[in-house]
Amino acid sequence: MNQKNYARIVLVATLLFIYLIVLPIIFRNQRYLLNIVITASLLSCASLGVWITFSIGRINIGQGAFAGIGGYTTAILIMKAGFSFWQSFLLAGLLAALIGFLFGLVILRLKGVYFAMLTLSLTETFRLIFLNAEGLTNGGNGIMGIPRPGALSIAGITIIPNFGRSNIFFYYLSATILIIVFLAVWRLYKSRIGWIFKAIRISEDLTRSCGINIVKYRIMAYSICCFLGGIAGSLFTVFYQNIFPASFQVNDSVYFMLYCFLGGLDYLAGPILGAFVLTGAFEVLRFIQKYQEGIYACIMIALMLWLPNGLMSLNLGKVFGKRKEKELETTEADKLLKSYNPDSGRKSLKKEG
Amino acid sequence: MAILEVENLTKRFGGLTAVNNLTFHVDKGEILAVIGPNGAGKSTLFNLITSYNRPTSGKIIFEGEDITGMPTHKIAKLGIIRTFQETTVFKEMDVFHNVQVANHLHFKSNDLEEFFNSPRAKADHLEVERRTRELLNYFGIEQYKDEIASNLPHGHLRALEMAIAMSADPKLALLDEPFTGMNAEETDRAMEMVRGIRDQKGVTVILVEHDMRAVMRISDRIVVMNFGEKIAEGKPAEIQQNEAVIEAYLGKEEEGELEDVL
Repeated sequence: MNQKNYARIVLVATLLFIYLIVLPIIFRNQRYLLNIVITASLLSCASLGVWITFSIGRINIGQGAFAGIGGYTTAILIMKAGFSFWQSFLLAGLLAALIGFLFGLVILRLKGVYFAMLTLSLTETFRLIFLNAEGLTNGGNGIMGIPRPGALSIAGITIIPNFGRSNIFFYYLSATILIIVFLAVWRLYKSRIGWIFKAIRISEDLTRSCGINIVKYRIMAYSICCFLGGIAGSLFTVFYQNIFPASFQVNDSVYFMLYCFLGGLDYLAGPILGAFVLTGAFEVLRFIQKYQEGIYACIMIALMLWLPNGLMSLNLGKVFGKRKEKELETTEADKLLKSYNPDSGRKSLKKEG
Repeated sequence: MAILEVENLTKRFGGLTAVNNLTFHVDKGEILAVIGPNGAGKSTLFNLITSYNRPTSGKIIFEGEDITGMPTHKIAKLGIIRTFQETTVFKEMDVFHNVQVANHLHFKSNDLEEFFNSPRAKADHLEVERRTRELLNYFGIEQYKDEIASNLPHGHLRALEMAIAMSADPKLALLDEPFTGMNAEETDRAMEMVRGIRDQKGVTVILVEHDMRAVMRISDRIVVMNFGEKIAEGKPAEIQQNEAVIEAYLGKEEEGELEDVL
């Protein structure tokens, strides 16, 4: 085993130790601080989804819509149909993935800013749907008093007992789900499916000519993204025990994207790092919270200018990151921003014929 | 025996007719060149055959099967692979991964098996790695296998492009300007490569090319297009003598030369 691998294992073990043991012990009596870490974990889940759509070369500003879908599905199933949290959690993810699949069939034909604008409007569209479908969603009053997860038993065997309102339990629930999601996405990226996603980002035309059904893989990526948005929204809803049309807005969609940019689009750990750093930073600097949006905007601009490959491209990247980054001339962010008119290069340089 | 038949193919973009009532065929094992001045519709023809565009009318028949308008990836699966005008490789991937991705059709396991790394998926990976090494070896770029593709020198880039195209074991390869931007020596090597895939791998080749010297040397037969129509078809020697071709094609080149002088 070489040194780099060793360093990486030590780093991952340390982070896991801090995340799973140190933080819960330090924060066990500080409900507020514990909640912040839970929030960051759930934001990371949704952002990992956005990261997947980045990996097929699409800027996705629509994750808020799917978090909303997941959240409302959970709330409605629990409060009106008497489902348990565990059932509705799964159904929330699946319904979000299904809706993502149906939208994906249409909107994934677009690239660059066109795709980005459409996903952006999806968030707003779903906010208005939640606001106006009063029969199901109670409109602007939202759904409140949603109970925390109860016991989970399969075939009569209790797997997870009822923890009531214990926040430590919720902490471990969110941590477990984040770790499972991270491992699943990691496996996806190590597999052939990950290569195909990357190939699609580099050149859809060439990928097609290799006999790869790009429509299928694009939709797969987007549906997984929406699934992750859905389960994150579901957890948020039972965590805060309420949901309103304003729970997930355009802002939130933009933040999910910003976490990816901040952490680094080239790195799987990027969105998680981004979510934790930004969420943590704003809790530490609470006095500036009213300027949050302005500061986010400045961070975004600064990133594009000085750190287009995100925080992970700093020293940390050497341990965690990918191979051969020095040889790449353009960054992921560069390419995505330039991709708004993907055909211009080819068609203007060489006339047909 | 014809492997590909194009019948009365027409493509209109709005008011512009890019390909007009084109009919030709390619025999198995042939190297057919499609030539013509800029804007003659050659690239559109490739786009139509591989279904990047749908024809306005007409038929494309591959091995007796009508493939008109079939999705591109299915056409690739049937055995038609194309290259593109600008050098097309997966630029930010290393050479080995480039060819592995292109070997997609040789993976028998489905996506779930792949995700869970089932025994079948593992076997697929071993087989594709073997194929990849073989292809890199055949095209003489195995020493660059860990190199990022965009760092390869031009000649090797073309070799990688061919390795990608050959990954699917095509029956018919459509090569879009395979000799463009090459010096005489590189062109010779690229021509060897094209002959090689025909002679050793049994691939039928259609190529679009502007380098007349190369076209005359490599092709068995030539189809000449102008303004979307076929104006001549025949062996290289016949084409060189054909008056319509000289007028439409070489005449135009003289004009170009004149412009260069002025």
